[in-house]
Amino acid sequence: MQFFLEVLLGGLLSGIMYSLVALGFVLIYKASGVFNFAQGAMVFFAALTAVGLHDMGLSLWLAVPLTMAIMIVLAVAIEKIVLRPLVNQAEITLFMVTIGLTFFIEGLAQAIWGASVRKLELGIEDVPLEFLLDNAGIAISQFDLVAAGIAFVLVAALAIFFSKTKVGRALRAVADDHQAALSIGIPLQQIWVIVWGVAGFVALVAGLLWGARNGVQFALTFVALKALPVLILGGFTSVPGAIVGGLIIGASEKLAEVFLGPYVGGGIEGWFPYVLALLFLLVRPEGLFGEKIIRRI
Amino acid sequence: MNIAKKILLTLALMASGGAVVAAEQYIPAIDYRVGPYAAGGSGFFGGAIDYMTLVNINGGINGVKLIWEECETEYNASRGVECYERLKSKNGGASMVEPLSTGIAYGILDRVAQDKIPMTTLGYGRSDAADGRVFPYVFPLITSYWNQAAGMIKYLGDKEGGLDKLKGKKIAFLYHDSAFGKEPFPVLEAYAKQVGFELLKLAVPHPGNEQQSQWLQIRQAKPDYVILWGWGVMNPTALKTAQRNGYPREKILGVWWSGSEEDVVPAGDAAKGYTSMTFNTPGNYPLLDELKKKVYAAGKGNLEDKSRIGSTYHMRGVTAGILWVEAIRKAQEKFGKGKVMTGEQVRWGFENLNVDEAKLKALGALGMLPPVKTTCLDHEGSGAVKVQRWDGAAWKSITPNWVVGDRAMIRKMMEESAGKYAVEKKITPRDCSKEG
Repeated sequence: MQFFLEVLLGGLLSGIMYSLVALGFVLIYKASGVFNFAQGAMVFFAALTAVGLHDMGLSLWLAVPLTMAIMIVLAVAIEKIVLRPLVNQAEITLFMVTIGLTFFIEGLAQAIWGASVRKLELGIEDVPLEFLLDNAGIAISQFDLVAAGIAFVLVAALAIFFSKTKVGRALRAVADDHQAALSIGIPLQQIWVIVWGVAGFVALVAGLLWGARNGVQFALTFVALKALPVLILGGFTSVPGAIVGGLIIGASEKLAEVFLGPYVGGGIEGWFPYVLALLFLLVRPEGLFGEKIIRRI
Repeated sequence: MNIAKKILLTLALMASGGAVVAAEQYIPAIDYRVGPYAAGGSGFFGGAIDYMTLVNINGGINGVKLIWEECETEYNASRGVECYERLKSKNGGASMVEPLSTGIAYGILDRVAQDKIPMTTLGYGRSDAADGRVFPYVFPLITSYWNQAAGMIKYLGDKEGGLDKLKGKKIAFLYHDSAFGKEPFPVLEAYAKQVGFELLKLAVPHPGNEQQSQWLQIRQAKPDYVILWGWGVMNPTALKTAQRNGYPREKILGVWWSGSEEDVVPAGDAAKGYTSMTFNTPGNYPLLDELKKKVYAAGKGNLEDKSRIGSTYHMRGVTAGILWVEAIRKAQEKFGKGKVMTGEQVRWGFENLNVDEAKLKALGALGMLPPVKTTCLDHEGSGAVKVQRWDGAAWKSITPNWVVGDRAMIRKMMEESAGKYAVEKKITPRDCSKEG
C-alpha cells in the first residue's frame, strides 16, 4: 500500500509538470483557436535564453525578466509577420504555420546560444523530504512540491485573468469568431500579441522548471509530447482542465508502468497516456472541461 | 606539329595540368551539430576534424593531405543515408565513413559493402560486425557494446572481490527503450546465468526525460548496482531522479554514451560519485597540448566553445581521427606511400591496424586509448575499457589498467550472431587464411 501511494503521489507530481506545458497550448487555443505546435519549441527557446543570459554573467533575477521581454518581442514578431496576414484563414492553415514556427524557433535558439547542454540551478533542492522519508518511508522531492505550488498559482492567476478581466473576455470573444470580434471593436492584433506573450511567459516558467530538473537542452522540446494527452483529456480550452488532465495522465502512466509494465516488457509510459486519451476521446471528445460544441443544422 | 605549336602546348599544360597538384584523401563527415544530440555530434566530429587539421599542418600522411566535407544529419537515419549518397562520390570518392549513429549505420550497412567504402562504428552499432568474415566493410573499432557489457560485469565483480561474489546480487539494467538499449541483453543474460546474479531490466521510453516510475521500482527492488544504458537527456534525468529517490550514485555504472560532461553537468551535485565506462581515458596528453598549440592557437580549431577542448566527446573524436589516419597510413605502406588510397585500400588498412603503445607514445596519446590491433577475423581490435568517476568537476579514471571481460565468450556470441546474419543475407563468409 505504501508503495502504491508513493507511485501515485510521484505520478501526480509528474503530472503537474506536464500541466505546466499543456497550459501554454490551452492559452493560445482558447484565445485564438490555433493549436500551437510550437509550444515545445517556445519552452526550449525561453529556457535556453534565460540560462544563456545567466551564463553571460547576469543574475537569474535579471535574466528571467529580460527573457520575458524577449518572449514578448517574439510574440509581436509572430503576430506581425505570421498571424496578421492569415486572419480568417482556416484553422488548419494556422496549425501548419505553427509547425513551421517550431523548426524556426528551434533553429533560432541553437543559432543564438549554441547546441551545448547547460545546467540551470534555481536554488530549489531536488532531494526527498526527510520528514516524509523518515516517518512514512515515502520519497517526495521538495522540487516537485515547489513546482506543484507554482503550477497552482499560475492556474489561479490565469483563470481569474480569463474570467474576470476585460482583456480575458476579449480573448474569449476572439477565439469564438475573429470577424465578429473585429466588428465589435476588439483589436485582434493586440489580443494575439497578449495571448502569445502570456503563452511565452508560461513557456518560460515550464522551461525553467524542466530545465532545472533535466538540464537545458534540445530535449526540452519533447516535453510537448507529454502535454498532448493532457490536453485531450482536460480539454483544449480549459485552464483547470490542463491541471486535472495532467494529474490523471501523470498518475495513470506511473501506475501503469509500475504495475502493468512488468507483464508487457516495460517502457509503456511513453504510449499509455495516448491510449488512455484515445479511449477518453471516444466517450467525451471535447475533454473533461472542454466546451461542448453544439451546431444547429 | 611545328615547334611553335609544341611550345604553346607545353605552356598550356604547365599552366593547367602540368602544375604539381597536392594529393588529397577525402573523408565525408556525415555529422550532426544541431538537434537533440548536437552536443555529442559537434564534440565528436569537432575532435576528429581537429586531429585531421593537425595532421595536415604536420604535412599530411606521407604528404597526402586530408580533405573533408560535412553534411548535417540531425541524427536522422534517412537524412544520414541521403548525406552518404550525396557525399560518397565527391572529390574522387570517399575513402571511409563514420556516421556516429546506429540508425544511420544500419541504413548504409549494405551500401558501404556495395560501394567498397569502409565504415567505422566506434563504440556503437552492431556488435557482431566485429566478425570481419561476414562484415568486411564494417569496423566497430576499439570496443563493441557486447565487450563493454562484459567489461562492466568484470569491473563490478572486481569491486566485490571476484566475479563469483556477484552470485546472489541484484543488478538493475536501466536502458533506453530502443535497439541501442537492448543490444547488451544477450551478454548480460549470459553473465546472469553463468554467475548467478539477478538481472532486473527496466525500459525508459524515448527520450527519457521522465523516469520516476523506473526509479521507484529501483527503490523498491534495492539492487546492489544499477547499469545505466542511456543517451542524451536520459542520463542527467536518471541521475537527478536517482537523487530524488535516494539511490546512491556511487552504485550507478553508465555506458560510455552516459559518460560525457554533457551527461553529468546538467545533473549538478546529483552526479557526484557516479561512474561510467569509457574507451578514451580522461586526462591531459601531449597530443592535446599540440592541438591547442598548432590548431587552436592558429585559429583553425573546429570547436566554437573552447571550454569543450579536451572534453570526453572531443577526445573521442580525436581518438577516431587517430585510427582513421593510421588506417590510411597502413594502407599506404602496402599500396604506395604518398599516394591517395581508394576505399578498398583503406579497408585493408583498417583490417591490418596495429596501433600499439609505441605508436601511441609517438603520437602523444599513450594511455588515451587502448592499443588496437585488427585482423580479418577481428574488426574490433581491442575490447578493452576503463572506468571513470565524475568528481563534480571532471572525469577521473579509477581503473589504472584496461578492463577486459570474457572475450572468448563474447567472441563466440559474435560469431554465432554474425553467422545467422550471413545466412539471412546469403553472404558467404570470407576465408581469412586467404586474406593478405
